[in-house]
Amino acid sequence: MAFKLNVNGHVSTVDAPADMPLLWALRDLLELRGTKYGCGIGQCGACTVHLGGQPVRSCSTPLSMVKDQPITTVEGLSANGTHPVQVAWEEIDVPQCGYCQAGQMMSAAALLAKNPRPNDKDIDTAMTGNLCRCGTYIRIRAAVHRAAEIAASGPKRTTVAQNEGGR
Amino acid sequence: MKSVETPQLPGRRLFLKVSLAASGAVIFGLNPEQDLFAQGRGGQPQVPPSPVNYIKVAADGTVTIVAKNPELGQGVKNMLPMLIAEELDVDWKNVRIEQADFDPSKYAQQSAGGSTATPNNWQPMREVGAAARAIFVAAAAQTWGVSEKDCTTASGRVMSGGKSAGYGELAAKVATLPVPDFSTLQLKDPSTYKVIGHTQKGVDVPQIVTGKPIFTIDTKLPNMQYAVFERCPVLGGKVVSANLDEIKKMPGIKNAFVVDRPELTAITGRPGDLVSGIAILADAWWYAQKARQSLKVTWNEGPNAGGSSTAFKQKADELAKQAPMSTSRNDGDFDTAIKGASKVVEAAYAYPFISHAPLEPQGATAHYHDGKVEIWTDSQQPAPGRMSVAQTLGMPQDNVILHMTRGGGGFGRRLTNDYMVEAAWIAKEAGVPVKLLWSREDDMQHDYYRPGGFQYLKAGLDGSGKIVAWQNHFVGYAEGTTPVTGTIGATEFPQRFVPNYQLHISTMPLGLRTGALRAPGSNAIAFVIHSFLDELAHAAGKDPVQFRLELLDSEIPALAQTNGRGGFGGGFNASRARGVLQMVAEKSNWGKTSLPKGTGMGVAFHFSHQGYFAEVAQVAVDSAKKVKVQKVWVAADVGSQIINPGAAENIVQGGIIDGLSEAMTQKITIEKGRVEQTNFHQHSMVRLAQSPPQIEVHFLNSNNRPTGLGEPSLPPIVPALSNAIFAATGVRVRSLPLSDSGFSWA
Repeated sequence: MAFKLNVNGHVSTVDAPADMPLLWALRDLLELRGTKYGCGIGQCGACTVHLGGQPVRSCSTPLSMVKDQPITTVEGLSANGTHPVQVAWEEIDVPQCGYCQAGQMMSAAALLAKNPRPNDKDIDTAMTGNLCRCGTYIRIRAAVHRAAEIAASGPKRTTVAQNEGGR
Repeated sequence: MKSVETPQLPGRRLFLKVSLAASGAVIFGLNPEQDLFAQGRGGQPQVPPSPVNYIKVAADGTVTIVAKNPELGQGVKNMLPMLIAEELDVDWKNVRIEQADFDPSKYAQQSAGGSTATPNNWQPMREVGAAARAIFVAAAAQTWGVSEKDCTTASGRVMSGGKSAGYGELAAKVATLPVPDFSTLQLKDPSTYKVIGHTQKGVDVPQIVTGKPIFTIDTKLPNMQYAVFERCPVLGGKVVSANLDEIKKMPGIKNAFVVDRPELTAITGRPGDLVSGIAILADAWWYAQKARQSLKVTWNEGPNAGGSSTAFKQKADELAKQAPMSTSRNDGDFDTAIKGASKVVEAAYAYPFISHAPLEPQGATAHYHDGKVEIWTDSQQPAPGRMSVAQTLGMPQDNVILHMTRGGGGFGRRLTNDYMVEAAWIAKEAGVPVKLLWSREDDMQHDYYRPGGFQYLKAGLDGSGKIVAWQNHFVGYAEGTTPVTGTIGATEFPQRFVPNYQLHISTMPLGLRTGALRAPGSNAIAFVIHSFLDELAHAAGKDPVQFRLELLDSEIPALAQTNGRGGFGGGFNASRARGVLQMVAEKSNWGKTSLPKGTGMGVAFHFSHQGYFAEVAQVAVDSAKKVKVQKVWVAADVGSQIINPGAAENIVQGGIIDGLSEAMTQKITIEKGRVEQTNFHQHSMVRLAQSPPQIEVHFLNSNNRPTGLGEPSLPPIVPALSNAIFAATGVRVRSLPLSDSGFSWA
């Protein structure tokens, strides 16, 4: 079947079965490989994208459910790392292996879009579907707060004090 | 080209080579000495020595440093180049980092495991940078007719009097000069460091946050097909027949075939072994994965189909009642001492198999062409991986070319190269480039698991509350007569610190692949030893920190520090353990905080991979046994220098969270030889809301060589948590995971 997908503002047509999960159409057919596979059953959140502005697990979203809703992937936050979430993730130096972080950032971006100044509880709720196997949660939380600040103050990059590891 | 011998990397003599590239760049290489390298490689023909792009200084002054080791999130792609950049005296912001491919003729040791990168490279990598700097100084001095002593360097420039030249301008001259004698090199005073000891953010982070395809799973080759591989649910099972004709007709499927060889019998699970199974290839990975739902395979399950976790536990209890199969340590006279003890404490501890489950599932891309195979891999041990591929495909090792891609976590899973061998075999058979990707279910059911085990302890206290006798009967697993990984070492703490000490070992047959999981051995042993020490402290009526300090307060000299892994007690230094224990007690305000009912603090320390870690967890437990870890304090001694402080804090915090996941929920069980868990809903990890809001990390800088951080933060948190739960509730948990005793995260 032919499906028209509006991904990051570009419309492409893919020829695939209706039950193919959006994740694999993105990765293997459209070559947008920033979105990651982790579990295939909506447990880890590595595959999180925005569908009609809502965060969804693309591994468990068949093409038949996409319809005409716009899709945003990590590549669509910005190509050059200027989205407040990307800026904050880089500034706080969040990743260890980095494999889950596209999904983490998509959940964070969706949260900030509807709640510009989330508190810790809001972050707990919004980010609970995203596993980080390396355990970068303390930095993820800090980066969500920082992204909110950046979004509120414009795209200006500021330097936070670097943690000197207790030395 | 000139060369001079440098101090060794373990087992390798290395030569620094300097040469001029056609572009006008000067290139510094660190090459293994050829004859030595040929040894242990089966005398295979060696490639001729070649200049290495270890450090490249272009004529325009651009500095490129090669990162030689596999990067899986441990931060080594920053750490090793930082050592070179510091002594080369260039600004980090002007350094470009390039990931090396696997090439032992150029890079000697390339591996990720055992927290070894820091201790093994701390000296030689700084010396390489210092030697290169010295040649730039010599070039400038000769050009200007001044003494080298009157030259200084900074930010990639040499200065003398009013003169100044960038390294790039000196490149052509440098290539004509001799390499200095390494014994004359002056390394920097650490107080002047500008790169080392200052946080340098992850070099791949800009690509990660923009979703660039830099992970192993993102590899894409022209005409590539996507593969899945169906293995027998029982280790060692073999394909008898399968409905391949039906599978081949399914949508998107390009090919399907049996992977088997006559010699693939009685697989023992050795790393890199190819197992019998069915490969399915498709236009997109999901087609192949979906076809597995229609795949019907008849297996010969072989001899391992009877394995059962329930039976293992019964067998262990039986073995514990019998005379031990072996005694690996017998100090003093345990029997007499225990009879004379004022108080005797006995306890049986157990911990389960655990899966590594790095978030990026196992996979590799392979392309067989012209009698060679090229593989894109995130192997933690590419050298044995290359050997396994060469042996399995029947080709010389030099025809196996490994490109090193970023891995989405390792944790020890990628020390074994089974999936790389599978990808190579399938690509050769298929005749096209193939990307093999394991599903999460494949991963969880076909891991090299952290071995479970059982420890039966008995200890005696004298009238003053001092431990006078300690006996541990360790019951674990063996394949044949060889114990699997994770067996307790003969010198593991508290051996030497208790006068009458016995360690017995018994084993039972397993039939499951086991391997190293982050802090292997220690990740389970620390739980047993520090939970039992906690029991003894309470039996003695002593504060748990004070009890441990008294145990460590002796004149027993440190064991010789061993290079490399150094876990399992080798090199244990009681004064360093005391140091971190005292520090964590002070930072956590141990014993001085008044906590509400249902809240408690637990402490533990452990020495592994040459690192000393003491940790305190503060937990609140409600009446429904819901546990909230409110805060964790960490005190660590990994030597004189933290190289990249921000990354160090991050990985230590990650180790704590990893340990909390292991302690609370993780468990792999076996029934009829099959792993029962399939995915994260049955083998879960800590989520953000469950994570401690604060993990305070303190480094105690000691006058010791810097050592690694990938592993040693993990082991103590497991007993610190269970000891905190005891402090909060009075419930002593002796079997992991804690969820088996009704606990869960709040």
